[in-house]
Amino acid sequence: MQPDSDQPLLRMRGVGKAFFGVRVLDDVDLDLHPGQVHALVGENGAGKSTLMKIASGVYQPDAGTLELSGKPVTLPHPRAAQAAGIGIIHQEFNLLPERTVAENVFLGREPLRRGLVDRRAMHARTAELLAGVGETAIAPQTRVGRLGVAQQQVVEIVKALALDARVLIMDEPTASLAEHEVELLYNLVRRLQQRGIGILYVSHRLTEVFDLSGRITVLKDGRRVTTLDTAEATPDTLVRHMVGRELSHYFPERAAPGSAGAARLQLAAAGNGRLRPVDLELRSGEVLGIGGLQGSGRSALARAVFGIDGFRTGQMLLDGVPVRVRSPRQAVRAGIAYVTEDRKGEGLALSQSVLDNALLAQRAVQPRWFARAARTTTVRELLDAVEVHAAGTGQEIRYLSGGNQQKVILARWLAMKPRVLLFDEPTRGIDVGAKAAIHDLIRRLADDGAAVLMISSELPELIGMSDRIVVMRDGAIAGELPAGASEEAVMGLATGAATSTEVPA
Amino acid sequence: MSTETLRARLRLPGLDATNGVWPALAVALIVGGTLVALDGGSLFSESSTISLLQRAAGLGIVAVGQTIAILAGSLDLSVAYVISLTSLVAAETMAGSDGMVLPAILLVLVVSAVIGLVNGLLITKLRINAFIATLGVGLLIKGYLEQGYAGPAGSVPVSFQHLGYDRLGPVPLSFLLFAAVAAAVWFTLRSTRYGHHLIATGGDLDVARLSGVRTDRVLIRTHVICSLCAGIAGLYLASRLGAGAPRVGAEGGYDLESIAAVVLGGTVLAGGRGGVTGTVGGVLLLAVIDGVFNQLEVDSFFKQMVRGVVIVAAVAVYALRLRRTSDRRKAAVA
Ligand SMILES: Nc1ncnc2c1ncn2[C@@H]1O[C@H](COP(=O)(O)OP(=O)(O)OP(=O)(O)O)[C@@H](O)[C@H]1O
Ligand SMILES: [Mg+2]
Repeated sequence: MQPDSDQPLLRMRGVGKAFFGVRVLDDVDLDLHPGQVHALVGENGAGKSTLMKIASGVYQPDAGTLELSGKPVTLPHPRAAQAAGIGIIHQEFNLLPERTVAENVFLGREPLRRGLVDRRAMHARTAELLAGVGETAIAPQTRVGRLGVAQQQVVEIVKALALDARVLIMDEPTASLAEHEVELLYNLVRRLQQRGIGILYVSHRLTEVFDLSGRITVLKDGRRVTTLDTAEATPDTLVRHMVGRELSHYFPERAAPGSAGAARLQLAAAGNGRLRPVDLELRSGEVLGIGGLQGSGRSALARAVFGIDGFRTGQMLLDGVPVRVRSPRQAVRAGIAYVTEDRKGEGLALSQSVLDNALLAQRAVQPRWFARAARTTTVRELLDAVEVHAAGTGQEIRYLSGGNQQKVILARWLAMKPRVLLFDEPTRGIDVGAKAAIHDLIRRLADDGAAVLMISSELPELIGMSDRIVVMRDGAIAGELPAGASEEAVMGLATGAATSTEVPA
Repeated sequence: MSTETLRARLRLPGLDATNGVWPALAVALIVGGTLVALDGGSLFSESSTISLLQRAAGLGIVAVGQTIAILAGSLDLSVAYVISLTSLVAAETMAGSDGMVLPAILLVLVVSAVIGLVNGLLITKLRINAFIATLGVGLLIKGYLEQGYAGPAGSVPVSFQHLGYDRLGPVPLSFLLFAAVAAAVWFTLRSTRYGHHLIATGGDLDVARLSGVRTDRVLIRTHVICSLCAGIAGLYLASRLGAGAPRVGAEGGYDLESIAAVVLGGTVLAGGRGGVTGTVGGVLLLAVIDGVFNQLEVDSFFKQMVRGVVIVAAVAVYALRLRRTSDRRKAAVA
């Protein structure tokens, strides 16, 4: 697959970087050729984002050199990278919610006319770029804060494209996309590839890596383990390189049929502005999977149960007792925990330590003196269990890699020992090794008697983990499927191609 | 999406986040006007209108500068001392002579620009928190003023006093100056690259930087402009007083008042959201409240209390509204 041009677009040699004396990258080499998709994989904290930030002028390397089309360059500022034709879609959210789509897309490069910002040109160009990626529903004048996560991701992509980049870096671009939007991104990547653009692609989803890339570099603990042609690689070898050990990822054993306990959470015709009346029963000891497309009401359901946008009609029962949950605080006190899908946006106190963040929920509802020592020990154990890689539990959480931040939030809610656990995309952005650990943990919680509701867009995960699967569509339950249902059955219900005979909506 | 487009198209410049201040101003005018009328006076007589606009002008010019500092995610606590200092620089340089008016104006602009530059450099290069940096610079100037001056100094020629006292109909020249400064800054925010970069920097420094904005330069420039506004206000006060006054800025409370006006106008203290139009409303609102109390001859303790209540109420209303929109945004995502 590799195009035979011996002059790489981007060549990195011996790149090293340390933060506060901690070595994060060490002697990393990487070549990117025109028209090539070069995937970069590795565990959370392996240094992928850091390497990408060096290539885009955000960080300065301590050692090593960068060459663009054979010429040595230094990139002292993101602006210099842009001028050199390097665009990047960061792992973190990189838009201003208060500004319009067009203002965001052209931020830093506003088109001028007689020295003044040319709004008309800006809007026209943005509309063109949006149309170019097949997105016509977004108006350039819309405030970004009004868009959904997926649409915001499209704006990020368009923003990087607006540069006319020769090198495009994508750091986990699909982390917030739904299945059909991923397809859109695939098409986009292929089109850019044909235009001779070199693409550096970071992802934890191996399917994407194998679908898109021609070459793969594996990082582990800041060092390059290997670089190989995708054609020569298999998922197993890749995982072995990443994790450093054999990893056969089987999902943990499901609950024995009929072993689920009493009903923990019951919804009777419960609805609100976003949800048509829902009937649902969640038993202690089971993992109930919720499938459906983005916007089908999956997250709205979790948010309603957790009291963020509570139910307006119908009834909710906890252990058989009717409850009214009007705020997250009440939910937490009632023993409900919610791991949101937007963990970056909703969950972190960025300048506090790992430990403080992990203890946040408990401290919020329990008095400070309450079982303090025990609390800290449990949390430490949990942080270990989900494999958080940090310099220590005292480190400020902002310096953790994206995936490790998510693990801390996970630990925070697990520490609550909740009766009902709501997971929204629990393993998004989490590396393969830790994924298995999290799956085990979820199952263990269910075995200990918790009732788990798990939303997931990753069909293998949804099917592999769930004892039952409820599929949502248009704010209502489209149907229910038993354990081990096929991917086709789930998608059929989610898209409306099939209707369930078991529980009609 | 089409209604969204329509709304975006119809949106009036700057009135989006700041419209709350205008109803408040209307209420203040009606309630205040009635109270003053019951007391046997008139809030809308020519003389009280003039003094109201005049009061607004000085604070307004400073507040416009403060607006962009806050929009950029920063803040300037040195403005009050810059005002005092520049009033002295102006009056002492002019020393009563017509020929020195122009050099004095230029000198004032240079002095205030340099102070803004120092503020900006401290904040960006030495990474000192804006609150501390500008407070420090302010105290430095204060020290210099207390050392060097016991009372008013210098004198302003009559020709320059036109700025403080002339009118176009009922509208004081100084108010027109305020309007011009506000309009210039409004236009800058809306239509220049610098303006866009400023709002982006205040909205999220990291996002702006990662998008290629040279955030340091933006912040430095913003502090220079903010300081220049304070210098212009110093010129105006010198022309009103006929001399330079070492305590005019601090006694007028221009630092906190200007921040209050900005916040009343709906600009978010954290930056990135708001605008100059709102600040104009905030300045007028404060001036009206002042005018009403002056006419009613209420004691100043009570006056301060009412202002405090108004400001806290305004911030609470804005915070509430902000939370609602962000809730709605999150719900839309679900
Ligand atoms: N600004 C920083 N200051 C200190 N440490 C940092 C900083 N940025 C990253 N690190 C550390 O560098 C290491 C690599 O982080 P990086 O973000 O590159 O990982 P990653 O491979 O992108 O992981 P993920 O898959 O979770 O996104 C981590 O241990 C992280 O804690
Ligand atoms: Mg990363």
